[in-house]
Amino acid sequence: MKQSPLLSVKNISVDFGSGRKKFRAVSNVSFDVYESETLSLVGESGSGKTTIGRAIMRVHPISEGEIIYRGERISGDLTPKAERLVHQKIQMIFQDPMASLNERAKIDYIVSEGLYSFHLFKDEAERVAKVEQALRDVGLLPEFATRFPHEFSGGQRQRIGIARALVMEPELLVADEPISALDVSIRAQVINLLNKLKRNKSLTYLFIAHDLSVVRFISDRIAVIYRGRLVELAQSEDLFRKPLHPYTRALLTAVPTPDPEIEKKKKIIVYKPAARSPDEPAPSWIEAEPGHFVLGTEKEVNSWLKL
Amino acid sequence: MSGALLLSAEDLVVQFSLRGRKLTALRGASLELFEGETLAVVGESGSGKSVLAKTFLGMLDKNGTITAGSIQYRGKDLARLSRERDWLEIRGKKIAMIFQDPMTALNPLKTIGEQIREVIELHRGMDRRQSKIETLKTLEAVGIQDPERRYRQYPHEFSGGMRQRVVIASAVACKPEILICDEPTTALDVTVQAQILDLIKALKAEYAMSVLFITHDLGVVANVADRVAVMYAGQVIEQGTVDEIFTDPRAPYTWALLASLPQLGVKGEDLFAIKGTPPSLFKEIKGDAFAPRNPLALEVDFVAEPPIFDVSPTHWAKTWLLDPRAPAIRPPDSVLRLREKLLAERKLS
Repeated sequence: MKQSPLLSVKNISVDFGSGRKKFRAVSNVSFDVYESETLSLVGESGSGKTTIGRAIMRVHPISEGEIIYRGERISGDLTPKAERLVHQKIQMIFQDPMASLNERAKIDYIVSEGLYSFHLFKDEAERVAKVEQALRDVGLLPEFATRFPHEFSGGQRQRIGIARALVMEPELLVADEPISALDVSIRAQVINLLNKLKRNKSLTYLFIAHDLSVVRFISDRIAVIYRGRLVELAQSEDLFRKPLHPYTRALLTAVPTPDPEIEKKKKIIVYKPAARSPDEPAPSWIEAEPGHFVLGTEKEVNSWLKL
Repeated sequence: MSGALLLSAEDLVVQFSLRGRKLTALRGASLELFEGETLAVVGESGSGKSVLAKTFLGMLDKNGTITAGSIQYRGKDLARLSRERDWLEIRGKKIAMIFQDPMTALNPLKTIGEQIREVIELHRGMDRRQSKIETLKTLEAVGIQDPERRYRQYPHEFSGGMRQRVVIASAVACKPEILICDEPTTALDVTVQAQILDLIKALKAEYAMSVLFITHDLGVVANVADRVAVMYAGQVIEQGTVDEIFTDPRAPYTWALLASLPQLGVKGEDLFAIKGTPPSLFKEIKGDAFAPRNPLALEVDFVAEPPIFDVSPTHWAKTWLLDPRAPAIRPPDSVLRLREKLLAERKLS
């Protein structure tokens, strides 16, 4: 992992509201995403994981920090050229395939919308060819282009959502819980599709999820978020084998294991943030082991490492 | 562990009419619930698990009807119950239900105390003062701290997990015999989910209820269930104790469901995925409904529907593989080694 990052999120904070009602949803978060890796952001609802994804997509403005893409700043005020870069090279896949497709538009238009906005085709023939290719890439038939979303099942709709992103020839896909709404058997199909596309098109994924069993299977690295702060970041297997932060440990034990024997013996850990006295040093982002980062004080991290 | 038979559905058929077309949501589903047990019903969306639960409460949508079969409960056939007055004796009082989304189950304009209190007043015939005391007791039982203050609050003042506790409180307030939980933790975070599952288990013991737990998450099944019923395309295709289903599954669909678990995946390789999609319930299904998606399907699977074969006194499955004439087909290796693999992963962590 010596190469330079594709995406760098540097000390970003996102606030909602203003004045007395101001609420800090994301607070001083930094991480890098390297080319052709899958980095997952996991955390509970309200932890800010979706907000980070949307800040990268420029849906939410950030109040502090900056976001760098291929060495170029993509947060704050941008030149039209940089703006185009974000909207073309970074694409998003959404959670609910039932809600994220325009019910009144045909699949052809839904998949083409980005192409229209950026005039990414020479002529009509090229546009049609691009749409057909995108549909084929996600395992759908090109003739589906003339149909409406309601004619498709949840799994197929999610494929359409992926095709809509692919047609833009993106480099980075921000996938916000793309499989949470799908059934077990369909979920496996979509995971396999995402993995195949990653290999064939050398895509990079920023995966936002709460289902840790799926996250373990698909991610190279995992970042854990708690109340708007990153608390731990490590290689996927390192995180599962040796979680350091108490919140990560609570999260991992809470995931039900599909085996009645194991579940019977399970004891759940409830995480309560430790109260800090004012003379204690503030927690910092510490590299506890190579590539394994955790938020804590020097003393805390040493005690976690001994567990 | 489990007592006498409490509720049994036999060969239930439920049809919905949708824009002039007939959808058969249940195609002869059978299920037994015993006293004091938790039965998990697993299946994908559209398998009919929620429809089955709704028939136990007389809560089918207007366009749906039970066209065949029976539901025996305390000497009554609930499938023949049609008057709303008769249902009010059962629904909420004897059989209560918790839904997936706690926000839609609560009235946003009423305090939560008032919502639970009116249930108690209606079903248990208590006066205002008594029912308020009972409400506070119930709120405490579901783990809500400072019930006096919480009583006067509105649903929006509660977090998702706390709201689900309120919904559970209103369901158990009338001390029902059967608690039906329809994906009660799907909308919640994992750490909250673990707490709610523990709460349901504790309340089941405290109120001596039987629980029918509907879910699609096999991890949750392993956590809560004594027995498991697996549904596919409107039928229960396998039923057994939780150990039998996880360590000795017999129906190919149950195998496929277990094999699709991401925990069984090997990084860098494809996950096992069931091909295709479930059959359309608008059309008549011939033979074994899973056959078109099952690479190991026998010829007979496409022609005739398999009957129920007993595996043990507590375990049965609806598959031709259990017929003495069938070839010996074993479940996939990955499924047989599920426990081994999960234990190995545990050791590492």
